[in-house]
Amino acid sequence: MERIPILRMGPFLIVSIQVDMHDRLALTLQADLAARISETGARGLLLDISSLEVVDSFIGRMISDIAGTSRVLDAETVVVGIQPAVAITLVELGLSLPGVRTALNVEKGMALLRAATADARQWDAAAGSETSSENADGSAAM
Amino acid sequence: MAVLRCETMPVRSQQDVVAVRQSVRSWAVAQGLSLVDQTKIVTAASELARNTLDHGGGGTARLEAVSDDGRAGLRLTFEDRGPGIADVSLAMTDGYSTGKGLGLGLGGAKRLSNDFDLWSRAGEGTRVTITKWK
Ligand SMILES: Nc1ncnc2c1ncn2[C@@H]1O[C@H](COP(=O)(O)OP(=O)(O)OP(=O)(O)O)[C@@H](O)[C@H]1O
Ligand SMILES: [Mg+2]
Repeated sequence: MERIPILRMGPFLIVSIQVDMHDRLALTLQADLAARISETGARGLLLDISSLEVVDSFIGRMISDIAGTSRVLDAETVVVGIQPAVAITLVELGLSLPGVRTALNVEKGMALLRAATADARQWDAAAGSETSSENADGSAAM
Repeated sequence: MAVLRCETMPVRSQQDVVAVRQSVRSWAVAQGLSLVDQTKIVTAASELARNTLDHGGGGTARLEAVSDDGRAGLRLTFEDRGPGIADVSLAMTDGYSTGKGLGLGLGGAKRLSNDFDLWSRAGEGTRVTITKWK
Protein backbone atom coordinates (compact mmCIF):
# COMPACT_ATOMS: atom_id res chain seq x y z
CA MET A 1 0.00 0.00 0.00
CA GLU A 2 1.12 3.52 -0.82
CA ARG A 3 2.41 5.42 2.24
CA ILE A 4 4.02 8.74 3.10
CA PRO A 5 7.40 8.07 4.81
CA ILE A 6 7.89 9.21 8.40
CA LEU A 7 11.50 9.94 9.41
CA ARG A 8 12.82 9.95 12.96
CA MET A 9 15.42 12.42 14.07
CA GLY A 10 16.19 12.11 17.79
CA PRO A 11 13.08 13.09 19.73
CA PHE A 12 11.32 14.38 16.61
CA LEU A 13 9.42 12.89 13.72
CA ILE A 14 9.66 14.52 10.31
CA VAL A 15 7.22 14.17 7.44
CA SER A 16 7.55 15.84 4.08
CA ILE A 17 4.49 15.47 1.89
CA GLN A 18 5.69 15.33 -1.71
CA VAL A 19 2.65 13.98 -3.51
CA ASP A 20 -0.88 15.12 -4.26
CA MET A 21 -2.59 12.88 -1.70
CA HIS A 22 -5.94 11.27 -2.31
CA ASP A 23 -8.18 11.23 0.75
CA ARG A 24 -7.42 7.70 1.92
CA LEU A 25 -3.67 8.31 1.76
CA ALA A 26 -4.14 11.39 3.95
CA LEU A 27 -6.11 9.36 6.49
CA THR A 28 -3.44 6.64 6.47
CA LEU A 29 -0.75 9.23 7.20
CA GLN A 30 -2.80 10.57 10.09
CA ALA A 31 -3.13 7.09 11.61
CA ASP A 32 0.52 6.18 10.96
CA LEU A 33 1.69 9.36 12.67
CA ALA A 34 -0.37 8.76 15.78
CA ALA A 35 1.02 5.20 15.99
CA ARG A 36 4.64 6.34 15.51
CA ILE A 37 4.35 9.11 18.11
CA SER A 38 3.04 6.70 20.68
CA GLU A 39 5.61 3.97 19.80
CA THR A 40 8.60 6.28 19.86
CA GLY A 41 7.50 8.75 22.52
CA ALA A 42 8.45 11.51 20.09
CA ARG A 43 8.21 15.00 21.57
CA GLY A 44 7.75 16.86 18.33
CA LEU A 45 6.48 16.53 14.79
CA LEU A 46 7.62 18.59 11.85
CA LEU A 47 5.21 18.54 8.91
CA ASP A 48 6.73 19.97 5.75
CA ILE A 49 4.07 20.91 3.19
CA SER A 50 6.24 23.11 0.97
CA SER A 51 5.59 20.80 -2.00
CA LEU A 52 1.82 20.97 -1.61
CA GLU A 53 0.29 23.20 -4.27
CA VAL A 54 -3.24 22.74 -2.94
CA VAL A 55 -4.60 22.46 0.57
CA ASP A 56 -8.35 22.00 0.48
CA SER A 57 -10.75 21.56 3.40
CA PHE A 58 -9.97 17.85 3.64
CA ILE A 59 -6.21 18.26 3.87
CA GLY A 60 -6.70 21.30 6.10
CA ARG A 61 -8.74 19.23 8.49
CA MET A 62 -6.13 16.46 8.36
CA ILE A 63 -3.46 18.96 9.40
CA SER A 64 -5.56 20.26 12.30
CA ASP A 65 -6.39 16.71 13.37
CA ILE A 66 -2.73 15.65 13.28
CA ALA A 67 -1.79 18.63 15.45
CA GLY A 68 -4.64 17.85 17.84
CA THR A 69 -3.80 14.15 18.11
CA SER A 70 -0.10 14.75 18.67
CA ARG A 71 -0.91 17.29 21.39
CA VAL A 72 -2.95 14.65 23.18
CA LEU A 73 0.03 12.28 22.79
CA ASP A 74 2.30 14.94 24.32
CA ALA A 75 4.08 15.98 21.11
CA GLU A 76 4.29 19.45 19.57
CA THR A 77 3.48 19.92 15.88
CA VAL A 78 4.94 22.56 13.60
CA VAL A 79 3.77 22.88 10.01
CA VAL A 80 6.39 24.41 7.74
CA GLY A 81 6.63 25.76 4.22
CA ILE A 82 3.04 26.71 3.40
CA GLN A 83 3.22 28.35 -0.04
CA PRO A 84 1.93 31.95 -0.11
CA ALA A 85 -0.75 31.16 -2.71
CA VAL A 86 -1.91 28.26 -0.55
CA ALA A 87 -2.06 30.49 2.54
CA ILE A 88 -4.17 33.09 0.71
CA THR A 89 -6.51 30.38 -0.59
CA LEU A 90 -6.86 28.72 2.83
CA VAL A 91 -8.04 31.95 4.42
CA GLU A 92 -10.56 32.59 1.64
CA LEU A 93 -11.77 29.02 1.93
CA GLY A 94 -12.46 29.77 5.59
CA LEU A 95 -9.73 27.64 7.14
CA SER A 96 -7.31 29.36 9.45
CA LEU A 97 -5.79 26.17 10.93
CA PRO A 98 -6.59 27.11 14.53
CA GLY A 99 -4.20 25.65 17.07
CA VAL A 100 -1.60 24.75 14.45
CA ARG A 101 1.88 26.23 14.84
CA THR A 102 3.54 27.23 11.61
CA ALA A 103 7.03 28.27 10.55
CA LEU A 104 8.34 29.56 7.24
CA ASN A 105 10.87 26.79 6.65
CA VAL A 106 12.30 23.58 8.07
CA GLU A 107 15.14 25.34 9.88
CA LYS A 108 12.80 27.72 11.72
CA GLY A 109 10.39 24.88 12.39
CA MET A 110 13.13 22.78 14.01
CA ALA A 111 14.19 25.74 16.14
CA LEU A 112 10.61 26.18 17.29
CA LEU A 113 10.30 22.48 18.16
CA ARG A 114 13.59 22.48 20.07
CA ALA A 115 12.55 25.53 22.06
CA ALA A 116 9.11 24.13 22.80
CA THR A 117 10.43 20.76 23.93
CA ALA A 118 13.29 22.32 25.93
CA ASP A 119 10.68 24.15 27.99
CA ALA A 120 8.87 20.89 28.49
CA ARG A 121 12.12 19.18 29.59
CA GLN A 122 12.82 21.82 32.20
CA TRP A 123 9.33 21.38 33.47
CA ASP A 124 9.72 17.58 33.53
CA ALA A 125 13.06 17.86 35.35
CA ALA A 126 11.57 20.16 37.95
CA ALA A 127 8.74 17.71 38.44
CA GLY A 128 11.27 14.87 38.74
CA SER A 129 9.61 12.91 35.97
CA GLU A 130 11.36 10.13 34.06
CA THR A 131 10.73 11.61 30.67
CA SER A 132 13.67 13.97 31.12
CA SER A 133 16.21 11.14 30.78
CA GLU A 134 14.47 9.79 27.69
CA ASN A 135 14.67 13.22 26.18
CA ALA A 136 18.34 13.53 26.97
CA ASP A 137 18.94 10.26 25.08
CA GLY A 138 16.87 11.42 22.16
CA SER A 139 18.60 14.77 21.93
CA ALA A 140 22.05 13.22 22.10
CA ALA A 141 21.21 11.12 19.07
CA MET A 142 20.53 14.20 16.97
CA MET B 1 -18.90 33.84 -24.70
CA ALA B 2 -16.94 31.31 -26.72
CA VAL B 3 -15.83 27.87 -25.60
CA LEU B 4 -12.37 27.19 -26.99
CA ARG B 5 -11.74 23.76 -25.55
CA CYS B 6 -13.80 21.27 -23.58
CA GLU B 7 -13.16 18.01 -21.80
CA THR B 8 -15.28 15.82 -19.52
CA MET B 9 -13.66 13.72 -16.82
CA PRO B 10 -15.15 11.02 -14.59
CA VAL B 11 -15.44 11.64 -10.85
CA ARG B 12 -15.95 8.13 -9.53
CA SER B 13 -12.97 7.54 -7.23
CA GLN B 14 -10.55 9.44 -5.02
CA GLN B 15 -7.93 8.99 -7.76
CA ASP B 16 -10.32 10.72 -10.17
CA VAL B 17 -10.48 13.69 -7.75
CA VAL B 18 -6.66 13.90 -7.84
CA ALA B 19 -6.74 13.70 -11.67
CA VAL B 20 -9.33 16.52 -11.81
CA ARG B 21 -7.13 18.73 -9.58
CA GLN B 22 -4.16 18.10 -11.86
CA SER B 23 -6.06 18.79 -15.10
CA VAL B 24 -7.63 21.94 -13.67
CA ARG B 25 -4.15 23.15 -12.73
CA SER B 26 -2.78 22.65 -16.23
CA TRP B 27 -5.84 24.26 -17.87
CA ALA B 28 -5.59 27.22 -15.47
CA VAL B 29 -1.95 27.67 -16.44
CA ALA B 30 -2.87 27.45 -20.14
CA GLN B 31 -5.55 30.12 -19.65
CA GLY B 32 -2.93 32.43 -18.18
CA LEU B 33 -4.36 32.64 -14.64
CA SER B 34 -2.00 33.95 -11.96
CA LEU B 35 -0.50 31.49 -9.48
CA VAL B 36 -2.92 32.63 -6.76
CA ASP B 37 -5.92 32.29 -9.09
CA GLN B 38 -4.71 28.86 -10.24
CA THR B 39 -4.49 27.77 -6.62
CA LYS B 40 -7.97 29.14 -5.87
CA ILE B 41 -9.69 27.38 -8.76
CA VAL B 42 -7.84 24.10 -8.17
CA THR B 43 -8.89 24.23 -4.51
CA ALA B 44 -12.51 25.01 -5.45
CA ALA B 45 -12.43 22.15 -7.97
CA SER B 46 -11.14 19.80 -5.30
CA GLU B 47 -14.02 20.72 -2.98
CA LEU B 48 -16.67 20.31 -5.67
CA ALA B 49 -15.21 17.07 -7.06
CA ARG B 50 -15.19 15.61 -3.55
CA ASN B 51 -18.81 16.63 -3.08
CA THR B 52 -19.71 14.97 -6.40
CA LEU B 53 -18.04 11.78 -5.20
CA ASP B 54 -19.00 11.72 -1.52
CA HIS B 55 -22.48 13.28 -1.54
CA GLY B 56 -23.55 12.77 -5.17
CA GLY B 57 -22.36 9.18 -5.46
CA GLY B 58 -20.06 10.04 -8.38
CA GLY B 59 -20.52 11.98 -11.58
CA THR B 60 -18.50 14.08 -13.98
CA ALA B 61 -16.36 17.19 -14.15
CA ARG B 62 -16.40 19.28 -17.33
CA LEU B 63 -13.52 21.65 -18.01
CA GLU B 64 -14.01 24.48 -20.49
CA ALA B 65 -11.52 27.05 -21.65
CA VAL B 66 -13.72 30.10 -22.31
CA SER B 67 -13.27 33.56 -23.69
CA ASP B 68 -15.58 36.53 -23.24
CA ASP B 69 -14.84 39.78 -25.00
CA GLY B 70 -11.22 38.76 -25.27
CA ARG B 71 -11.03 37.84 -21.58
CA ALA B 72 -9.83 34.30 -20.89
CA GLY B 73 -11.42 32.15 -18.25
CA LEU B 74 -11.77 28.62 -16.99
CA ARG B 75 -15.25 27.22 -16.42
CA LEU B 76 -15.84 24.01 -14.48
CA THR B 77 -19.07 22.06 -14.15
CA PHE B 78 -19.56 19.26 -11.63
CA GLU B 79 -22.60 17.12 -12.17
CA ASP B 80 -24.14 14.06 -10.55
CA ARG B 81 -27.43 12.16 -10.46
CA GLY B 82 -27.28 11.67 -6.72
CA PRO B 83 -29.82 12.56 -4.02
CA GLY B 84 -29.68 16.30 -4.69
CA ILE B 85 -29.71 19.02 -2.04
CA ALA B 86 -33.01 19.58 -0.25
CA ASP B 87 -32.17 23.03 1.11
CA VAL B 88 -29.61 24.81 -1.04
CA SER B 89 -29.21 27.93 1.07
CA LEU B 90 -28.64 25.80 4.16
CA ALA B 91 -26.06 23.70 2.26
CA MET B 92 -24.26 26.92 1.23
CA THR B 93 -23.91 28.01 4.86
CA ASP B 94 -20.38 27.70 6.22
CA GLY B 95 -20.21 25.03 8.86
CA TYR B 96 -23.27 23.12 7.63
CA SER B 97 -22.53 19.51 6.76
CA THR B 98 -24.66 16.39 6.62
CA GLY B 99 -21.44 14.35 6.80
CA LYS B 100 -18.40 14.75 8.98
CA GLY B 101 -16.87 17.53 6.91
CA LEU B 102 -16.25 21.10 8.01
CA GLY B 103 -19.07 22.30 5.78
CA LEU B 104 -16.76 24.72 4.00
CA GLY B 105 -16.79 23.16 0.53
CA LEU B 106 -19.69 24.92 -1.17
CA GLY B 107 -19.27 28.32 0.47
CA GLY B 108 -15.51 28.14 -0.02
CA ALA B 109 -15.84 27.20 -3.71
CA LYS B 110 -18.12 30.21 -4.21
CA ARG B 111 -15.65 32.59 -2.52
CA LEU B 112 -12.75 31.18 -4.53
CA SER B 113 -14.47 31.68 -7.91
CA ASN B 114 -15.74 34.70 -9.83
CA ASP B 115 -19.01 33.14 -11.00
CA PHE B 116 -20.88 30.43 -9.11
CA ASP B 117 -24.06 28.65 -10.07
CA LEU B 118 -25.71 25.77 -8.24
CA TRP B 119 -28.64 23.75 -9.54
CA SER B 120 -30.03 20.90 -7.51
CA ARG B 121 -33.29 19.07 -7.11
CA ALA B 122 -34.05 16.45 -4.48
CA GLY B 123 -33.98 13.00 -6.06
CA GLU B 124 -32.55 14.24 -9.37
CA GLY B 125 -29.02 15.42 -8.78
CA THR B 126 -26.74 18.39 -8.45
CA ARG B 127 -24.85 20.59 -10.88
CA VAL B 128 -22.39 23.26 -9.81
CA THR B 129 -20.68 25.57 -12.31
CA ILE B 130 -17.85 27.92 -11.40
CA THR B 131 -15.75 30.25 -13.51
CA LYS B 132 -12.46 31.97 -12.81
CA TRP B 133 -11.62 34.88 -15.09
CA LYS B 134 -8.17 36.13 -15.88
N1 LIG C 1 -23.25 16.95 -5.04
C1 LIG C 1 -23.99 16.91 -3.92
N2 LIG C 1 -25.04 16.05 -3.81
C2 LIG C 1 -25.80 16.02 -2.68
N3 LIG C 1 -25.58 16.80 -1.60
C3 LIG C 1 -24.56 17.67 -1.64
C4 LIG C 1 -23.71 17.79 -2.80
N4 LIG C 1 -22.79 18.74 -2.56
C5 LIG C 1 -23.04 19.21 -1.31
N5 LIG C 1 -24.09 18.57 -0.77
C6 LIG C 1 -24.69 18.81 0.58
O1 LIG C 1 -24.28 20.09 1.03
C7 LIG C 1 -23.63 19.99 2.29
C8 LIG C 1 -22.55 21.05 2.38
O2 LIG C 1 -21.51 20.78 1.44
P1 LIG C 1 -20.04 21.32 1.74
O3 LIG C 1 -19.13 20.89 0.65
O4 LIG C 1 -20.15 22.80 2.00
O5 LIG C 1 -19.67 20.62 3.10
P2 LIG C 1 -19.23 19.10 3.36
O6 LIG C 1 -18.94 18.42 2.07
O7 LIG C 1 -20.27 18.46 4.22
O8 LIG C 1 -17.91 19.29 4.19
P3 LIG C 1 -16.46 19.77 3.63
O9 LIG C 1 -16.62 20.05 2.17
O10 LIG C 1 -16.08 20.99 4.40
O11 LIG C 1 -15.55 18.62 3.91
C9 LIG C 1 -23.10 18.57 2.36
O12 LIG C 1 -22.92 18.11 3.68
C10 LIG C 1 -24.21 17.81 1.61
O13 LIG C 1 -25.28 17.54 2.47
MG1 LIG D 1 -17.67 19.23 0.65
